[in-house]
Amino acid sequence: MSLVNFTTREITCKIVYYGPGRSGKTTNLQYVYGRVPEDRRGRMVSLATQTDRTLFFDFLPLELGSISGFKTRFQLYTVPGQVYYNATRKLVLQGADGVVFVADSQARQLDENIESMQNLQVNLLEQGLDIRAVPAVLQYNKQDLPQELILTPAELDEAINFRAWPSLPADAINGRGVFETLKAISEAVLRKLSQEGA
Amino acid sequence: MELNQLFRFDSFLVGPSNRLAVTAAKTVAQTPGTAYNPLFIYSATGLGKTHLLMAIGQQAREASPQVSVEYLTLEEFVEAFHAAVAAGQSEAFRNRFVNVDVLLIDDVQFLTHRREMQAELLRLIGQLQAADKQIVLSSDRPPSEIEGLDERLVSGFAGGLIVDISRPDFETRLAILRRRAEERGADFGAGVLEAVAAFDAANVRELLGTLNRLVAFQAVNEAPLTPESATALLGWEGQAPEPAAPPPPTPPPDEFTDFLSDVSTVLARQVEEWRRRVAEAVLRWEGEGYRTMRLEGLLNATAPVAPETAIRDFERDVERLHQLEAEMSSLDPSGAGDAVFHDPDCLAEAEALVQRARDGASPPPGPSPLWTFQEYVGGESNKVALTAARAAAEQPGRRYSPLVLVGPAGVGKTHLLHAIGNVVGQASGAVVACLSAQDFLEELVQAIERDRVESWRARYRRVTAFLLDDVHLLAGKERSQEELFHLFNHLVSGQRQLAFTANAAPRELRGLDDRLMSRLDGGLVAELTPPDRELRHALIARQLAQAGEPDADLVDYLAARPGESVRTVLGLVQRVVSRAEAQGVPLSASLAREVLEGVAPRVSRTSVSVRTSGLVASPLGAVKSREKFVWHWPDPSERLVEDLA
Repeated sequence: MSLVNFTTREITCKIVYYGPGRSGKTTNLQYVYGRVPEDRRGRMVSLATQTDRTLFFDFLPLELGSISGFKTRFQLYTVPGQVYYNATRKLVLQGADGVVFVADSQARQLDENIESMQNLQVNLLEQGLDIRAVPAVLQYNKQDLPQELILTPAELDEAINFRAWPSLPADAINGRGVFETLKAISEAVLRKLSQEGA
Repeated sequence: MELNQLFRFDSFLVGPSNRLAVTAAKTVAQTPGTAYNPLFIYSATGLGKTHLLMAIGQQAREASPQVSVEYLTLEEFVEAFHAAVAAGQSEAFRNRFVNVDVLLIDDVQFLTHRREMQAELLRLIGQLQAADKQIVLSSDRPPSEIEGLDERLVSGFAGGLIVDISRPDFETRLAILRRRAEERGADFGAGVLEAVAAFDAANVRELLGTLNRLVAFQAVNEAPLTPESATALLGWEGQAPEPAAPPPPTPPPDEFTDFLSDVSTVLARQVEEWRRRVAEAVLRWEGEGYRTMRLEGLLNATAPVAPETAIRDFERDVERLHQLEAEMSSLDPSGAGDAVFHDPDCLAEAEALVQRARDGASPPPGPSPLWTFQEYVGGESNKVALTAARAAAEQPGRRYSPLVLVGPAGVGKTHLLHAIGNVVGQASGAVVACLSAQDFLEELVQAIERDRVESWRARYRRVTAFLLDDVHLLAGKERSQEELFHLFNHLVSGQRQLAFTANAAPRELRGLDDRLMSRLDGGLVAELTPPDRELRHALIARQLAQAGEPDADLVDYLAARPGESVRTVLGLVQRVVSRAEAQGVPLSASLAREVLEGVAPRVSRTSVSVRTSGLVASPLGAVKSREKFVWHWPDPSERLVEDLA
């Protein structure tokens, strides 16, 4: 994880939005994109595989300007949630400084959440990263859905947040909780930065 | 005119705008007529001139009740004067002020163009000043701006102190409002008084007037005033508010800006936290006298490099420097203060310096490995000394320290001393210094010559055991004794083993400093006496056993011979052995008798060296002294004949 470049005085944070398919990762990024002044955001970028089959994932670079003498840049990525895109997920996960796990609050999606969480752990481990050491937050998305369809944050904490990550309820489509999540992960990443120094 | 009891110093709110005037007024009130005379206070109307004037009067009167205070406005002054003139009693007018101690005249700006009054005032001021009476005047403008004022008055005022009161600032206004509201028992909602204070009222009177309106309004209305309703009530709406007006409405929430500021705060906090830690480390180590350039460099770098690692590395280096310095001070105290020991960036140099010192500091002379307890033959005559020596060797510094072995030459003192050294030296890390007093002295002389006394001392101060042979040789050597004395004390305090040999009991030693003597005497003094027959027997048997089973007769014969020291006894044996070797005959009592009792040899001696020098090299290498081995000096005539032959 090369987070801080001392020679160029740059801090680059790569934050990956992870989670099962259709849990709202892209929606998160779209909301952020919509709120960022044009001069602060880059274009959405896509990556093509060697077979020239384009697998889209979202990439949103954010220029935060100079903070404490450091040119600070955030790069937000989402992974494709569908199970069969694991290669892409691994690719995207490479060099991640922080992970936002976007969980689908719907009760019937619980298994998908758990499966994706396990997948995250495996993929991080493949890169030699201990999931316990990576800054991460949980977002319980779709909390705007009718109560009978979803699990409450407390229930979700019980079910999938066994690492006691910071967790936030969200309604990404309306923007609720989106920036709160981004803030939480940014703080976690930056705190880690100062602990490690590099 | 009477003084208004409300106008006192403690009811006058002091702020930056009036501090000077208040201070001057208080000074004048406390010491009328001495400090500033006249005191001239000017300000725009309603800022507290009258209040101050009356406060001076009140306080002067309180300070000493007999003080006469007169307060009047200039108008009153003028009227009184006119009345007196009209009544033809202008003298009476003048006398009225003669006994006044503090004269307070308000609003003197009305002197404009009143020549006659000015002359009268000038005269009065001169009169009062001459009598050390205090005059305080107030005006709405400085004296120089009062039109048509007599120059002499202007300069007269300037001769005292001229101070002004300017408009109160926001804080003072707010303080005035709060105090007055409190006095009035009025309680306003949050922000109301602030809103009032925010408008830059021309003067305090206006400010208080505003407050009065609010108090009155609130008294008749049930709804408490808000800042907005207060400004509306006072008709200030539409006027440009002063900077202290309510803060501008926050811009509509921008989630990204919000996020950005949040991230900035977190990052800044992390960076600052890091800087703080480094700065603390810098202060700490600087305080302990170490150079902290490396850490300071971190601070200037502004990059959040891992401070913990850097500080840890720094502290590790400091720790190492500390060890090196300690080692250096034991090796060479003069080098311990070197600056490199306080600069973690010079660690390599410090290491090199200590290494040089280590190389230079050769270990002190140690004991001879040949002289051990195994080689030592014990007997009645040396029993005490041997037991003490063993105890000292086994528990160096704990049992007998110092141990002083006393006895005539050749009874085995040196052997015992070295035996102690050999045992002590076996312990890991033990350093044993075992040397003769003569060597000690010579080393000291050399050290003085080369200016290395410090390191010479250090070399001995770190020893585990210090064993000094023939301490009596230091008799009369003051400097050596001095060094020995300090070394002695140093080692005793460090619980090291000390042992000495001497040819007589310490208190019988001549030329030895008393303090040294008493210290030696304070240890265990063990005496070795000349070997008795039994010991001689054992010694001889042992010596002869090296060449095979000894002849019992020979041993008995030799043991029976007198021998005042071990060395003599061994010398006897040696002579017999050499003769036997030279003649190629076996050792026997008769041969010994022949050698020792001067029976003429049957065969001329073949070994010239033995005869001429009298020195016999012992196979043990332990015998050195020449004269002690010349048993019979050869007859020169015999020698001459032999040589000729």
